Amino acid sequence: METPIKKMNTTSKANERIAIAVIWAAAIFVLALLVSIIVHILFNGLPYITWEFLTQIPRNMGRDGGVSSTIVGTFLITIVAIAIALPMGIGTAFYLAEYTRENIVTKIIRFSAESLAGIPSIVYGLFGFIFFVISLDLGWSILSGGLTLALMILPTIIRTSEEAIRAVPVVFREVSYSLGATKFQTIFKAVFPSAMRGIVNGTILSIGRCVAETAAVILTAGSALRMPSSLSSPTRTMAVHFYILAREGISMENAYGTAALIMIIIFLINIVANTIVNRFIAKSR
Amino acid sequence: MNSNSEKLSHAVFFALALSSISALVLITVFILVQGAPIIAEIGLFKFVFGMTWAPLKGEFGIFPMIVGSVSATIGAAILGVPIGICCAIFLAEFAPPLMRNIFRPAIQLLAGIPSVVYGFWGLIFIVPSIRDHLGGPGLSILAGSIILAIMILPTVISITEVSILALPSSYKEGALALGLNRWQTISSVILPAAKSGIIAAVILGIGRAIGETMAVIMVLGNAVALPESVLDPVRTLTTNIGIEMGYAVGAHRQALFATGIVLFVIIMVLNTTAQYIARRK
Repeated sequence: METPIKKMNTTSKANERIAIAVIWAAAIFVLALLVSIIVHILFNGLPYITWEFLTQIPRNMGRDGGVSSTIVGTFLITIVAIAIALPMGIGTAFYLAEYTRENIVTKIIRFSAESLAGIPSIVYGLFGFIFFVISLDLGWSILSGGLTLALMILPTIIRTSEEAIRAVPVVFREVSYSLGATKFQTIFKAVFPSAMRGIVNGTILSIGRCVAETAAVILTAGSALRMPSSLSSPTRTMAVHFYILAREGISMENAYGTAALIMIIIFLINIVANTIVNRFIAKSR
Repeated sequence: MNSNSEKLSHAVFFALALSSISALVLITVFILVQGAPIIAEIGLFKFVFGMTWAPLKGEFGIFPMIVGSVSATIGAAILGVPIGICCAIFLAEFAPPLMRNIFRPAIQLLAGIPSVVYGFWGLIFIVPSIRDHLGGPGLSILAGSIILAIMILPTVISITEVSILALPSSYKEGALALGLNRWQTISSVILPAAKSGIIAAVILGIGRAIGETMAVIMVLGNAVALPESVLDPVRTLTTNIGIEMGYAVGAHRQALFATGIVLFVIIMVLNTTAQYIARRK
């Protein structure tokens, strides 16, 4: 006969086994899901990615031709977004980390940044449309799209930069000050270079968000297929192109090709970002 | 000279630091200015609880979309949160180093995949299998919930994991020293201690699900009607804007901005709650 204690131990042991099995199953399920999505898109899309696909502009609403203008559009919008968000984000991060103690102002800044991070992209789209496209009269353009995305990625840049700046050892600052450097010199010559990797990592992840974004871009940059001639041209990004091709059933081949191209870019972005972080960790050990 | 340039640099950094505040204020003001007049005209109650959305007749009631957003989001939370918490426990407590090194970047990748790709994948895989095995049009709350559940995983997993890892190791050591096994330690010590972080993770995940547009446009069916089962199509607040913004003018456009206000308010309430809970230790 089992004693009560022994019985309790066997049930709790059985519970533990079940719980661990469930946890492993959940993790493997999620991995399998991710792999199945990636494999499906690449398997169906890679065959369509040819030199012509990459270099020709879309013809016939995207039924024929390639995606070159959408690649250029995505690239330019991302450049604008990063060029605007980077100074604002890094500046905010330095202010929060170096220029002030926690007070009501930093609380409001943090609250704003966290709120911006939670606002849905469609709301950014609405705002970008009414503010940049209509009120500032920039029209549906690369500029409007880039500015809207800049606000969207701002919280990411602020957070990653601040973490990177705070990770720089205090000694760096102390040595710099002891050599007679001013605060500004200390920040630019001692802190900034050491925080560089973290900042680059945040920037790369933000590039990924710009490439992946659809809702905010379609309302602010439009969906024109021709090759943009300036920053005030309307354009269609790869993600928007994929969305329109797939949703309107224009061309499944080109939709899969475009999706595969986006996935490859996102993949590369993540690999680069991870390499940077790993090197950073290796170096700081 | 030095002290002047110091003052200047301080001022410049401060000005840059105001960017996120000004962005938030601008967004709030412009959405409100565009959408508030039509809410005032129709009446808040009639707008929020109105059953008919007929832009051509000038009738704007968004209740079916609120039901759509809420039902798809609840579905996503029911499916996604348990899996997400399990994955976070896996990462924090069980994963061997090799698995962890695969799993973390995988979750990051999951977060990086464009929402349109999720929607498309759902359209190809989830929608037909619901139609064939469970009936209905396939484009449904269930399809949307499944896609959203996948999409909120990175948020739920990463925030939960961070809050588990932030616990002092003495909690775990104490529990193990008292003879609890690993699961008892997790269920009776670690999860309760990490509760506020986990709740914040769930709320932020819910916020993500309510705000998602492009993925759900492709799988929810977008019908403006009250659903009777999870197999019925619905339209959400976000998809209402996403579908109609392209051609809306006048009062119709204003009504879409008003839809945006409702969405914005819901998200701000969720996020502020999450921020508050995450800070309260």
